Amino acid sequence: MSNEYTSNHRKIATILSIIPGLGQFYNRQYLKGFLFLILGFSFVIAFWDFIDIGLWGIFTLGTQVPRDNSVFLMVYGIIAFILLALAVIVMIINLRDAYKNGEKRDMGQKLNSVREQYHNLIDSGFPYLMLSPGFLLLLFVVILPIVFVLLLAFTNYDLYHTWPAQLTDWVGIQNFIDLFTLDVWRETFLSVFAWTVIWTFGATTLQIALGIFLAILVNQKDLKGKAIIRTILILPWAVPAFVSILIFSGMFNESFGVINTTILNFLGIDPLPWMTDAMFTRIALIMIQTWLGFPFIFVMVTGVLQSIPGELYEAATIDGANGLQKFRKITLPLVMFSIAPILITQYTFNFNNFNVIFLFNSGGPAMPGQNAGGTDILISWIYDLTMTTQQYGMAAAITMIMSAIVIAVALWQFRRTKSFQEEDMM
Amino acid sequence: MNMKRSKIIRLTLTYLVFAIMAVIIIYPLVWVFGASLTPGTSLTSSSIIPENPTWDHYKEIFNPNESLYLTWYWNTIKVSVISMLSTVITVSLMAYAFSRYRFVGRKNGLMTFLILQMIPNFAALIAIFVLANVTGLINTHLGLILIYVGGAIPMNTWLMKGYLDSIPKELDESARMDGAGHFRIFWQIVMPLAKPMIAVVAVNSFIIPFTDFILAKVILRQPEQYTLAIGLYELVSRQYGSEFTMFAAGSILIAIPIAILFLSLQKYFVSGLTAGGIKG
Repeated sequence: MSNEYTSNHRKIATILSIIPGLGQFYNRQYLKGFLFLILGFSFVIAFWDFIDIGLWGIFTLGTQVPRDNSVFLMVYGIIAFILLALAVIVMIINLRDAYKNGEKRDMGQKLNSVREQYHNLIDSGFPYLMLSPGFLLLLFVVILPIVFVLLLAFTNYDLYHTWPAQLTDWVGIQNFIDLFTLDVWRETFLSVFAWTVIWTFGATTLQIALGIFLAILVNQKDLKGKAIIRTILILPWAVPAFVSILIFSGMFNESFGVINTTILNFLGIDPLPWMTDAMFTRIALIMIQTWLGFPFIFVMVTGVLQSIPGELYEAATIDGANGLQKFRKITLPLVMFSIAPILITQYTFNFNNFNVIFLFNSGGPAMPGQNAGGTDILISWIYDLTMTTQQYGMAAAITMIMSAIVIAVALWQFRRTKSFQEEDMM
Repeated sequence: MNMKRSKIIRLTLTYLVFAIMAVIIIYPLVWVFGASLTPGTSLTSSSIIPENPTWDHYKEIFNPNESLYLTWYWNTIKVSVISMLSTVITVSLMAYAFSRYRFVGRKNGLMTFLILQMIPNFAALIAIFVLANVTGLINTHLGLILIYVGGAIPMNTWLMKGYLDSIPKELDESARMDGAGHFRIFWQIVMPLAKPMIAVVAVNSFIIPFTDFILAKVILRQPEQYTLAIGLYELVSRQYGSEFTMFAAGSILIAIPIAILFLSLQKYFVSGLTAGGIKG
């Protein structure tokens, strides 16, 4: 190809375009060049100081109080990196454009007129135009906070290292080391983690089992009144969860709650310490989450059951299968196969189920010898560390561990689903 | 004869299970209704419907001088509607671009969305709290709406893109032949066909402010700004039990409309969930 070139416009244009727009001027595309030039200059004028401070700030986190607020500087630093990334993208577009048009001139082709350029811009720019509002929002509301948490995990930001009295510093992986070597942290982390796992598996498995069981019961052919039964069974899903949880926390209240004053009384059992003994709070929480969560599974399984063709069962009956065999060999595999992805999301949902833990008993009761409540799961412990004791750095470190677990599970699930393999989806 | 007997036993046992379930499900709801009719602020009687029921708590709730309940209701509706509209608009635009155009960065963009969708939006809880303080968005509904919309984008864009992929591309091409522009094809050809999925995205994003507790609790600091979830929580937790009857009335008034809305929209809602969820 290269020996067909008769001149070197493409190289000259690209080099000139290191100052945005000059390459386009060289290619005699004055309007475009002018736009790139304006864009480049206004970027430098508007953001130079900001980027300068941001880059300085994110590396040093400030050098003197009260002038420098370390956390602000860190945010500025991240934004500076984002701005630089955007600038690099625009720069690449600019260089590419200069090179392409220079190449056209080298090969003796006519360049697009202003009118054609405008249409080109509209055609290839339209998807970007459509994406930009959502993209900007994601960038600043979702991605920026995630990066910020990642960085916070490596600082000593807490109540004692806060503006205006103190600076915050980079401490490397000290938070992670503390978490696993200091007794109070390690014991709290391990007991919270253990309960999180028990909670996730206990509550989720119970709600799934109950949902499947009820769906199969409702699906019996000779059952009357299915509509009303279904409506009642979905009620726990229809009532907003936070309302139900708060109602339950009233029902389990030790002084006026109906569980102790009426139901246990009626059964001849002494009042139980639902809110002050961790074991009872845990039992209550698992029961409540089962109540809240089974209707979703029930509805999903009902949908699957209705789509299983009746011939399968007829054939099995002819072959002499009994009810249990039909259930184990036909119903259960089909149901499990189609709702497996949903089941995994149920587990991750409960792993992060802040609402039920916090609203029922604020993660309490308090436990001796550790700085989390007896029913705190990781997410509610993080909430406490952030909002109550203000140990942001440590909270961020724990968040990272927790997110790694969730993402690992999600990736594993995601690789198993079909959509990943289907070419067309991407 | 034996067949018939076993059938009767089976059905009786089934109905027995449903009777027990019905009691377990309905009892808490009836109990809270009883609590809302109890005079005074705390529960003393043990019977489900109090001896001298009163509607006083409902009157208190609607009296702006005695409770902020109406303000909270209004706040929640406001946040819900605005985040629903913003989510539907941004998600439709993004999903349409991903579904219909092939452009540089598309694959990476979709991949990023998939990964973002896996990260729970409150993983960045600390960052959201600090950033809201830095930007002055703490204690504003705007801050909350931005977080809700941003958090709803990745998953709903995937849902919507999947649906748009199933709308034949020949439709847009023939419209392009007839001289329709980019925006016109989007607005007049594709979007009307995507109404079912728009409805799903709208419901998904509308209910977030009614169910979210943690983000609202972090962002909103003053009682005048609360959404219902935090407002009701504060009623219960302020001094435990002291406002329980008022909370009960408030929760009845929020539970009933939402439950009716949910039960009547249930079919669409469920079909959207299964379409998105089972297909994965």
